Amino acid sequence: MENVALSVRELKVSYRTIKPMNVKNIFSGKARRSSKFEALHGVSFDVEKGEILGIVGENGSGKSTLLRAVAGIFSPDSGSVDTFGNSVALLAIGVGFKKALSGRENILLSGLLLGFSKKQITEKMDEIIDFSGLRDFIDAPVSTYSSGMHSKLAFSITAVLEPDMLLIDEVFSVGDKRFQKKSYDKMRQLISSENRTVIIVSHSLETLKKLCTRILWLDSGNVKMIGRPKEVLKAYSEYMS
Amino acid sequence: MSTKRSSDTFIPKRFFVDLKRYFPYIKTSAAATLKSGVSGAYLGWLWWILDPLLFMLVYTFISIVVFKQSVRYFPVFVFIGLTTWQFFEKVTKQSVSLLRHNKDIIKKVYVPKHMFLLENICVNAFKFFISSILVVIMMFIYRVPFRLGFWQVIPELVLLLLLTFGINLFFMHIGVYIQDLGNLINVALRFVFYLSGVFYDITGRVPEPWNYFLVRANPVAFVMTSLRGTLLYSEPVDWLWLGIWTAVSLLLIVSGIYLIYRQENSYAKVI
Repeated sequence: MENVALSVRELKVSYRTIKPMNVKNIFSGKARRSSKFEALHGVSFDVEKGEILGIVGENGSGKSTLLRAVAGIFSPDSGSVDTFGNSVALLAIGVGFKKALSGRENILLSGLLLGFSKKQITEKMDEIIDFSGLRDFIDAPVSTYSSGMHSKLAFSITAVLEPDMLLIDEVFSVGDKRFQKKSYDKMRQLISSENRTVIIVSHSLETLKKLCTRILWLDSGNVKMIGRPKEVLKAYSEYMS
Repeated sequence: MSTKRSSDTFIPKRFFVDLKRYFPYIKTSAAATLKSGVSGAYLGWLWWILDPLLFMLVYTFISIVVFKQSVRYFPVFVFIGLTTWQFFEKVTKQSVSLLRHNKDIIKKVYVPKHMFLLENICVNAFKFFISSILVVIMMFIYRVPFRLGFWQVIPELVLLLLLTFGINLFFMHIGVYIQDLGNLINVALRFVFYLSGVFYDITGRVPEPWNYFLVRANPVAFVMTSLRGTLLYSEPVDWLWLGIWTAVSLLLIVSGIYLIYRQENSYAKVI
């Protein structure tokens, strides 16, 4: 099993629903702490290198939680997530932008947050700038960008830095028509690259059928089925109708 | 790069692995924060020097003209106190709402949460450093004699850093759940400010035996008084209390780190 890129074992994640309190509530005794809600009850699966795993399931079945646990945003309450040293990035838009700084400085900052080294980012800097199509504005502060420019820059960072494992939560669309086409093509290219492992959460069964090599069906925090897209998606749509 | 994450990773080891991994981010982000703080200003980075310099002039004026204190080197005395206090106060005020300020990051990528605190400390340590240069210049102007004992500021400054880090790990954590902690902290800070003797000499002004405890029971006052004693009056360092407070700070840091590693996965769900 040397080709395994991600191994999830008996993963449990619970949400302690602690409400933000204020001092008044503490003294009046209204502050109720924690009721526990388990979103994932011991999920296990492996993903091999180069695989494209789609995740389906109803709303609230734990798809996004699973994705975030793999990305490490939530640490597991029990069980483990092993990424074997691969870089993992949730396709996150505009993480850690500081608006007073230039686009170029924000690329560095955002890249470091996503876990890339300074060297990796500097090497890819020009490619990111070219892809975003913002060369003329790249040294201007991000606060002067339009919202479209903002998302173009953000998307370009994750897309060009090419983490070993890419996590995508729902299909997205940023920028104008032309940039959307460009980013979709880039995604196709990213996804189909041999060495890249991708996990996609989506409600669009069409997209999943087209892109994925395997499908995981989550049902209220448990793995209901995992296997070839055709079979799982068939069972899933039958279950849903 | 990130590798195995599970609920039972050995925390002390994880602390150092994370620290090494996120150090470039802390450095870049602290530099970026400092830069964006002055990016719109007409005089730009000159404000990093001008700000403490003007402060120093104001307080020198007040301490010479208004207070007319009999304390030797009084303007330097006040400025050392203020520099120390401002470092502690700024970090504390920002820590309470630190995680809420960074919620966009927290909800999208995993970052060990104390990295935000370390970044915050770096930013304020830089400002502290510039003010310290002014302290040295003032010491020249007021002809404070040079002594070999000056090296003792090192353990005192280390204590200030550890203490600020330790206390604020807890404020940062509690601030996630209690939204108006900031208001409480502001009042508490004001109280501690007056208790710490920034503008007066506790030992000389407060009657015995209270002054002894007022200096030692309040760690900020203790650091301040020790720094002044070492730099200005060649007083011996109270190693016992320095040791006690350093130990307390380390204890706070260790328990705070444990607390944050245990609890941080619920932050993203609350803020």
